[in-house]
Amino acid sequence: MSVLASVSITVNGQVVQALVEPRTSLADFLRNDLGLTGTHLGCEMGVCGACLVLLEDRAVHACLMYAVQAHGLGVETIEGLSERRAIADLQQAFHERNALQCGFCTPGVLVTAYELLSNGACPSRAEIRDALSGNYCRCTGYEAIVDAIGQVARGRAKVPNTPAGCKIGSDTDETVS
Amino acid sequence: MKARAFDYVRVSTIDDALAACARASGDFCYLAGGQSVVPSLSLRLQAPQLVIDISRIKEMRGIALIDGALRIGALTRHAEMLISPEIARHAPLLRLAAPHIAHPAIRNKGTIGGSIALADPAAEFPAVVLALDAELEIAGPDGRRRAKADGFFKGIYETGLEPGEILTAIIVPQFGENDRCAFDELARRHGDYALVGCAIQGRFAGNDVEAIRIAFLSAGPTQKRARNAEVVITGHRLSPKTIADAQSALELDLDPTEDEQTTATMRLHLARVLLGRVLGQFSCDSPRGGGRA
Repeated sequence: MSVLASVSITVNGQVVQALVEPRTSLADFLRNDLGLTGTHLGCEMGVCGACLVLLEDRAVHACLMYAVQAHGLGVETIEGLSERRAIADLQQAFHERNALQCGFCTPGVLVTAYELLSNGACPSRAEIRDALSGNYCRCTGYEAIVDAIGQVARGRAKVPNTPAGCKIGSDTDETVS
Repeated sequence: MKARAFDYVRVSTIDDALAACARASGDFCYLAGGQSVVPSLSLRLQAPQLVIDISRIKEMRGIALIDGALRIGALTRHAEMLISPEIARHAPLLRLAAPHIAHPAIRNKGTIGGSIALADPAAEFPAVVLALDAELEIAGPDGRRRAKADGFFKGIYETGLEPGEILTAIIVPQFGENDRCAFDELARRHGDYALVGCAIQGRFAGNDVEAIRIAFLSAGPTQKRARNAEVVITGHRLSPKTIADAQSALELDLDPTEDEQTTATMRLHLARVLLGRVLGQFSCDSPRGGGRA
């Protein structure tokens, strides 16, 4: 066993100090040491996107970094986003549009959506799909997820959900019902 | 899927990193963005005794125009290429290539230095630095040196870096008034490893191509310039015949490999198709920032 490393990480606004093995991934640290099991582990190699968290406000894979690398930095998990109601409108839209079934991928998808919409952007369906390209969902077929994120983007921009509003609505390839 | 236990040291200067490397009693690896190193440790493709975290070295960050060349710190993240005004103005080929690299969350963490030092044959930035005629700033136990991108990529995951050396910055000649660039790749799904990719930068004199550098990725064991195709085009305008001749010349330039994605013959065919498309975006009439990403 290697020498334990002392880390101090701000997780969901609270400073957490701990001794960790250097090989402990941030995902394992969040889940096993802090009990924040909303961060899911699927592939553990940066492909499926279930483990996305925010590191200094940017979405990153918690399986692709070690907890020691987050020393002195801020991490926000799906629990933090949910509890400060930063994604309440996204959660509501996902519920209304059946944008989740088993829910395994959902925390990662919501982190992607949070970052995508965080700068006030009103992305097109193509841009939403591109942003989601690193999130695997084996249940929904993605359509409802794209619908829900588009609906929230228009809602935040206070654009009416009509084709005249924002460029999402002007897409002709798919119907947003 | 968990890494073997290792010791970890975080350094804040290049000298400290080299000192840690000198002290290492067993094998070690440097860790920057970690988007390839961490999975390779998880899969135990490598199992070093020591991991030296170089991701917080300030002198390896930042983008600055110095003496007519853009110095891009090796720790510059892929996502920064998409938003940096200096990159858009002085090295737009990097901005064109960046959206093709993996997915947004990987681009938030992965670094250009890591991409070049790893030299995955399917990586975009090694081909881009070949097309840009870039130089690589390297620090090692024997001091600092510069290497041309030409000749740096030697094989699959094999570069001109000596043991212990760190790629610290990429030096790119400033984009000129008559320079143009283009980038595209073919992949089964966006973000997947490319079946083949192509980066072009060149300079026009009127309608004629005065100089051109064409580099391919995923078209052989390493990123490679298509020098015969370059010769065919240099000094000519981009007529359908010139483009067809350049496409034919690729047979001499590329040594495509067969893998689970496709055959070598198919790769050469796709490289020709892609060259035609990218040359179509590379035009003296196109905006300075280059063709579409």
